[in-house]
Amino acid sequence: MLSIKNLRASIEGKEILKGINLEVRAGEVHAIMGPNGTGKSTLASVIVGRDIFVIEEGEILFKGKNLIGMPVEERANEGIFLGFQYPVEIPGVSMTNFMRTAINEQRKYRGLDPMPAQEFLNSMEEKKRLLEIHAKLANRSVNEGFSGGEKKKNEIFQMAMLNPELAILDETDSGLDIDALKIVAHGVNTLRRPDNAFIVITHYQRLLEYIVPDFVHVLFDGRIVRSGGKELAFELEDKGYEWIKEAQV
Amino acid sequence: MDETNIQSNTAEKLQAFFKKNKGVLTSGDPPYLVQLRNQAFAQFNERGFPHTRLEKWRNTDLSRILDHDFHFPLKPSPLDVDLDEVFRCEVPDFNTRLIPQMNGWFMGSGEKLPNGVIISSMAEAIKKYPELIEKHFGHYADIKNENLTALNTAFFRDGVFIYVPDNIRMEQPVQMVDLVNSGRTIFIQVRNLIVLGKNSSMSLVQCDDSIDNNVGFNNTVTEVYMDENSTLDHYKLQNKNNESALTNSTYFHLEKGANLSTNAISLNGGLIRNETQVRLNGSNSHADVLGLYLMDHEQHIDNQVFIDHAVPHCTSNELFKGILDDHASGVFNGHILVRPDAQQTNAYQNNKNILISDKAVIDTKPFLEIYADDVKCSHGATVGQLDEDARFYLQSRGIGRDNAQMLLMYAFAADIVDKIAIPQLRNRIDDLVKKRLRGELSSCEQCVLHCNSKEQKVAFEIDMSRI
Amino acid sequence: MEKETNNILHELTQSEYKYGFYTDIAMDMAPKGLSEDTIRFISAKKNEPEWLLEYRLKAFRHWLTMVEPTWAHVHYPAIDYQDIIYYAAPKRKKELKSLDEVDPELLDTFKKLGISLEEQKRLSGVAVDAVIDSVSVKTTFSETLEKQGIIFCSFSEAVQKVPELVRQYLGTVVPPDDNYFAALNSAVFSDGSFCYIPKGVRCPVELSTYFRINAANTGQFERTLIIGDEGSYVSYMEGCTAPMRDENQLHAAIVEIIALKDAEVKYSTVQNWYPGNKKGEGGVYNFVTKRGICKGTHSKISWTQVETGSAITWKYPSVILMGDHSVGEFYSVAVTNHFQQADTGTKMIHLGKNTRSTIISKGISAGRSNNSYRGLVKMTKRAANSRNFSQCDSLLLGDRCGAHTFPYIKAENRSSIVEHEATTSKISDEQLYYCNQRGISTESAIGLIVNGYAREVLKKLPMEFAVEAQKLLSLSLEGSVG
Ligand SMILES: Nc1ncnc2c1ncn2[C@@H]1O[C@H](COP(=O)(O)OP(=O)(O)OP(=O)(O)O)[C@@H](O)[C@H]1O
Ligand SMILES: [Mg+2]
Repeated sequence: MLSIKNLRASIEGKEILKGINLEVRAGEVHAIMGPNGTGKSTLASVIVGRDIFVIEEGEILFKGKNLIGMPVEERANEGIFLGFQYPVEIPGVSMTNFMRTAINEQRKYRGLDPMPAQEFLNSMEEKKRLLEIHAKLANRSVNEGFSGGEKKKNEIFQMAMLNPELAILDETDSGLDIDALKIVAHGVNTLRRPDNAFIVITHYQRLLEYIVPDFVHVLFDGRIVRSGGKELAFELEDKGYEWIKEAQV
Repeated sequence: MDETNIQSNTAEKLQAFFKKNKGVLTSGDPPYLVQLRNQAFAQFNERGFPHTRLEKWRNTDLSRILDHDFHFPLKPSPLDVDLDEVFRCEVPDFNTRLIPQMNGWFMGSGEKLPNGVIISSMAEAIKKYPELIEKHFGHYADIKNENLTALNTAFFRDGVFIYVPDNIRMEQPVQMVDLVNSGRTIFIQVRNLIVLGKNSSMSLVQCDDSIDNNVGFNNTVTEVYMDENSTLDHYKLQNKNNESALTNSTYFHLEKGANLSTNAISLNGGLIRNETQVRLNGSNSHADVLGLYLMDHEQHIDNQVFIDHAVPHCTSNELFKGILDDHASGVFNGHILVRPDAQQTNAYQNNKNILISDKAVIDTKPFLEIYADDVKCSHGATVGQLDEDARFYLQSRGIGRDNAQMLLMYAFAADIVDKIAIPQLRNRIDDLVKKRLRGELSSCEQCVLHCNSKEQKVAFEIDMSRI
Repeated sequence: MEKETNNILHELTQSEYKYGFYTDIAMDMAPKGLSEDTIRFISAKKNEPEWLLEYRLKAFRHWLTMVEPTWAHVHYPAIDYQDIIYYAAPKRKKELKSLDEVDPELLDTFKKLGISLEEQKRLSGVAVDAVIDSVSVKTTFSETLEKQGIIFCSFSEAVQKVPELVRQYLGTVVPPDDNYFAALNSAVFSDGSFCYIPKGVRCPVELSTYFRINAANTGQFERTLIIGDEGSYVSYMEGCTAPMRDENQLHAAIVEIIALKDAEVKYSTVQNWYPGNKKGEGGVYNFVTKRGICKGTHSKISWTQVETGSAITWKYPSVILMGDHSVGEFYSVAVTNHFQQADTGTKMIHLGKNTRSTIISKGISAGRSNNSYRGLVKMTKRAANSRNFSQCDSLLLGDRCGAHTFPYIKAENRSSIVEHEATTSKISDEQLYYCNQRGISTESAIGLIVNGYAREVLKKLPMEFAVEAQKLLSLSLEGSVG
């Protein structure tokens, strides 16, 4: 589904990603871990098409299509979703209005008519229930005044609404309390299907207890320096990153 | 007699004066300067004195001051005061290089320091440093739109010229003290030029005081050129008598990476108008433009600030605070212009006022004119009382109402005073502000930094942590 | 509401001005040009009493001594006041008794405008007064209102029906010599709406006027007078459109509002005069004087405006807070695109004690347009313990437009508090990126974000208008990115 080859990317002349290789197949869950500032969010941004990063080399294919040069919204409509590490506030724009616009743009892209209002409202209700989101939150402006945890929950809610084929969740677990973490994980698990895939960026093994990954990758200094099964996460929890860093030098 | 008449009377007198004394006025001037004077005179002739129908002058009326039979001195008047006595600075430990000016005339001895720094009389500098002067003189001041600047350019006799060469950092602050003292009703035109070379730095304190209680009109123009990466820490201290008028126009021109901080502190004066224009002409230049005014009686203070963001990547920060009592009136007019393509501009402007009498008046107009989109600009203006909650809080701690009021006013002013970078000066101003707020400071004390009066113990000590 | 909003955002397909049709109606016109004869012609056409003719002539004579103002931040070629038709009315043969008698072409015009008189009448319960070119064509709902003692009719009708009321209040808030365009209007105004709400009456429906300039070379000079008697309440809406024409059309209206003790008048405008084309040709010059006076204690006047149209807008809906404890409000969204110029804002003149005013202004500039906020807040000596809060924000879309803020604050007493804040910034890249990542195109995202930005003001509009206003905001910004 997603195939990244020798990807190098930089910002303001500073190289951040220094040759990433990653294969994600339908039905899989990949976890990406690694110390702060090593390029995890950058990788996510580059996949969804943030234009402040310059692609120096390499290729990104999604369902066989070349993503490089494709506008952000087109990638989104192709089925890529990013749950942001720091979701932005958009004052005055209600969640409902925002989601409705997003869903209908996606449908337009796919040659479908706008979703009938009733169906849309039902879908909202259903997803809100799934994520135990208070009715009120949906009537507020996008992320405005949301607490850190509410913002993260709201990202998963949007994911549920948009039903992407590839969802990248950037530290969705940070800021969530234990109950919320379970709810979010349950949400993700409910949405897992043989034809979609997840990339979960996290610092904590705890999330991976709930969302069990097929693969765990360690990103260090712009490279994936180690890949393994879910046991790698335990090892990291145990030993920290020092041993990997040492192995590098 | 109506306003235009009064103005044209003085203007006519000036015109006649110019024609009669043109020879004296321009004697020794190089050709470019003669031409500039003529041009400036023509500009002034055409429009006369600014009047209240002009947008920038709608709240400052010069007609009252212009309704006097002025004398325009062509040369320094004979001294009847002991210069050493008058200019002895008593700010504790405030070691400055003092430049005395009397009625605008440079009273020191012109000198060129070993490191190449020049401090000289303007009139003399025109002759002695022709290239330096021609390169800068009149290049930053605006004679087309500012009539008082045109007037000054046509008539100026003297002033101060300071030149700091490249890479020279002056450790000792320079202090210009311009005293007005004359037995007569005089109208003087003072012209200063300050040139800072690349990577140079200087602290400059510009004091305007009056010693006598005569009516006087001091129209000063100062041009400041700041070359790449130079730093200027500039203060204007104004303490004039209630009969005097001071119009002070300062034009700053900043090249790449230059860093300006200018702070106008007005403690007394019949009519004070500060026209401050800053042109950010090189990228990454920065200007802090600050001001504090504490006026009472019938005093009038007008601060006009124009910040011209001409190129990308510059920042400016403007904060003016004022307290007006009795019949005092205040004007603030801040204008930020962000020119097309001056992207990545950051500009901030704020004016805060407190009126403590129902007779006092403030007109404030913070104004943004923006033609580039990648900018962060904001401004604010407030007029209001002292914070009632804070006053209540202080009173609940056993501080009397009057003292609480004083404390809060002081805290209000402290915002600006705290930004004074020279510690001795800060302490001194701090004292003066305290005294001023208690009504103990009057302009008869000869100079704002030169208080021969006995120090009175300040009745309250201020513990900022309690505010 | 949300549903409607979404529908609207989806209708955003046509980017050209959609109200730009021209209706072929038989017109009754005054000859071009302005003179005392023109004024006598208009006055005679309307069968006006002598005092009103005198009022007009006096205004005209004063106008002749005045010069066009130049202080606004707008630029336009000189207007030739002799090249304008000052009176243009749809021809009618007799008094209209029912809708059936209205010219079908005219009805059709209103249908295209989306305000079928019948529909409006039945469905929304909005009473509509429609002014086409200069003349009020039909006022709906008046009988229902009459039962409550509310007078809502065309201005000319009011002159005939309640001359004392008109005479008592006309020109009391905007005197004929107030400014250049006010003087012009006072001389040549043709029609407009009149509204009187009696003591203690809450007007049960939204009153609404639709203005339209139709004929070529005509100026529109309507005059609106609203009087809220003691303890009354009314919400009044005004909408405007004009056909697309290459030449500029002049619109110089006056709105006067009088709120007596405890009265509340809410005035909402969605101004969508033809803004000119993308090259800046044509469009309406909208030079309007709107002012209200809170005459009695505890009275309230609230202006809400959404300004998307006109080539040039020059407009400062103001409130004179005369009664103690009176309240003035101004909520404004002004969008300019292409070559539009808007210089708009408000004046809050605090005369009474404990008076309050609020100003919220959101300016959005795109293309090569210029958008200025100009406001005055004045606390006079008498206005003890009064307060003002102003927030004026500007949003820039593109690097060739301008956004300017000119607030004037004058305070003359020590117990009042004035607070003014303003920010200018561009639309945030982060917000656009977030929307894009959710699959929303940049153009839709701008529509969303701008509507969100203006929400504080939009939510002050009556429902019927809010929907139209949101639609307009997005429409007028189309083609502003790229
Ligand atoms: N907009 C930007 N401008 C400049 N540098 C950036 C920008 N975004 C990221 N970087 C730099 O790129 C590097 C990688 O950042 P990134 O956000 O991808 O790290 P991360 O692995 O997600 O870290 P964390 O675990 O803290 O979220 C960091 O050094 C960061 O400072
Ligand atoms: Mg990160």
